[in-house]
Amino acid sequence: MTSAIEFRGVSRVFGDVRAVDDVSFSIEPGEFFAMLGPSGSGKTTCLRLVAGFDLPDAGHVMLDGADVSAVPPFERNVNTVFQDYALFPHMTVLENVAYGPRVRGVDAATRSQQAREMLDLVQLGAQGERRPAQLSGGQRQRVALARALINRPKVLLLDEPLGALDLKLREEMQIELKGLQRRLGITFVYVTHDQGEALSMADRVAVFNKGRIEQLAAPRELYTRPATAFVARFVGSANVADVDLASKLVGGAQPFAVRAENILVLDESAPLAAESVAAAGAVVAVQFHGAASRWQVKLDAGEVWSALVSEEDARALNGLAVGARVRLAWPRDAAVPLNGN
Amino acid sequence: MRAASTFFYRRPYWYLALLLVPPLLWFGTAYLGSLFALLWQSFYRIDDFTAQIVREPTLDTYKQLVTQPANVDIVVRTVTMALAVTIACAVIALPIATYMARYARGRMKAFFYVGVMLPMWTSYLVKVYAWRLLLAKEGIIAWVAAKLGLLGLLETALQAPGIGGPSLSSSYIGMFLVFVYMWLPFMILPMAAALERVPGSLIQASADLGARPSQTFRNVVLPLAVPGIAAGSVFTFSLTLGDFIIPSVVGAPGYFIGMMVYVQQGTAGNVPLAAAFSVVPVVLIFIYLSIARRFGAFDAL
Repeated sequence: MTSAIEFRGVSRVFGDVRAVDDVSFSIEPGEFFAMLGPSGSGKTTCLRLVAGFDLPDAGHVMLDGADVSAVPPFERNVNTVFQDYALFPHMTVLENVAYGPRVRGVDAATRSQQAREMLDLVQLGAQGERRPAQLSGGQRQRVALARALINRPKVLLLDEPLGALDLKLREEMQIELKGLQRRLGITFVYVTHDQGEALSMADRVAVFNKGRIEQLAAPRELYTRPATAFVARFVGSANVADVDLASKLVGGAQPFAVRAENILVLDESAPLAAESVAAAGAVVAVQFHGAASRWQVKLDAGEVWSALVSEEDARALNGLAVGARVRLAWPRDAAVPLNGN
Repeated sequence: MRAASTFFYRRPYWYLALLLVPPLLWFGTAYLGSLFALLWQSFYRIDDFTAQIVREPTLDTYKQLVTQPANVDIVVRTVTMALAVTIACAVIALPIATYMARYARGRMKAFFYVGVMLPMWTSYLVKVYAWRLLLAKEGIIAWVAAKLGLLGLLETALQAPGIGGPSLSSSYIGMFLVFVYMWLPFMILPMAAALERVPGSLIQASADLGARPSQTFRNVVLPLAVPGIAAGSVFTFSLTLGDFIIPSVVGAPGYFIGMMVYVQQGTAGNVPLAAAFSVVPVVLIFIYLSIARRFGAFDAL
């Protein structure tokens, strides 16, 4: 089967910054694909390269098997939901949604019929005559979605679409977007810096750093088996032991990561379970998170590591406060070996 | 000092009043006050025999303005010129402003903004007289036209009825060129400011949805530039309506509103008629703005 999107050795350079640096990957039809990374990691540039707002300096961008590296955006069968929604302020909601068919020469009656159907799809049927400025953030988001879907694109690009919404609305929209994607069977490419969003929605996630893909994997694998220190830290903020720290803690030269939830905080005198590794340190801070608290411990070997301590375990540690001496312990097999340093 | 700060902090209305009173006084007396004084003058009339102003409210002066063919001619001539200048300025300014706001970056952008404003910083009179020389029969424009073998074209243009004349500097064509040159920056700057405010993502969104660049320009860029065009055209329109120096230095001998105001309140001593003439641009701008508003020029503001 032909890939919906394929990057072959794509680079995009701005001045001396390699925003996208020799990136290759492919996205399958109907896939929910997330590009995750901090700002400036190259994920948004990749999205712009797919949309056609930017053209690659090297390599090829393929859409549905055809090389579109030099094709302008208005000739690509791809639509975008913009971070700022980019709704036309001088048009009504209905006119905004009908814009795609309009510029493609669809007659007025047909296109407003189509636009109404799209607005119904995003549950905004009653808001057609309003201006974008009269809508709430969540409603604008839906209008942007309807406008991008009306052309029946093969691929929908979403650039941090939920970034401007508050937490509750964001969670609702995540579920809705995922449902919409399943129903329509369209390939979604979703750019975000929020690892929670990427993990909860995507079929596969590409983690970007400095213009390159650090790891491309399904969410579960990304979380449990991060390939590099960057991925381990960025996805679920794991504790990372670099070569130096690894040799101090376990005597090996292979860097590794340990998830905070796999670490136990022990009293200095408590016994250690079999097949466990322990590191001594002092408590720096305790943050209460509800079901668990996050204990920040400065290891004697240098780094500050964190451990998630359930309320039950925390009671067993009563009396321990900031400054107390403790040991962090984790099962040997909870340590994930990492590539590089 | 501290006591005063506390006093005003706790009484925001006093603070507001303190800030507002000076500008309101200035605005009220210097701008609006003088405007209403002028308006009031136009309701007086001049006694034809004694040449004294009769200080009783009357519409005689306006009657004189709208019934005497010479006065109507002046209004029509001025308004036609102002419209032509405004349209020409808008057409020339649009690509320049688009480039300045959407494409130029860094030094290039600074260069364009300074380049547009620099002519506004030099003396207006110097520029007008310089243009008279440029446009003269033996001036550089005629000379270049002759060298390029285009003299015939220039002469054909000058033979056009109504707008032609013996030379560019004594024709309405020449006057039009000078007006367009003078007021172009007043069109470019507001237009560029309006286009600067159009987020780049709107243009990308339009292309993304399948619009070719010409469609994006027509459907997105132009409508969003309209408030800027409206603001700029108010400048070019009203500046042309009120100007009296350009029509007296360059162009055909016919009077313009500005010249009439100057002559009537100076040599002729007919202040009411001068006032009535200067009310014309105010009324026209109001009409223009209400039409622009009806067509939704300010909806995107």
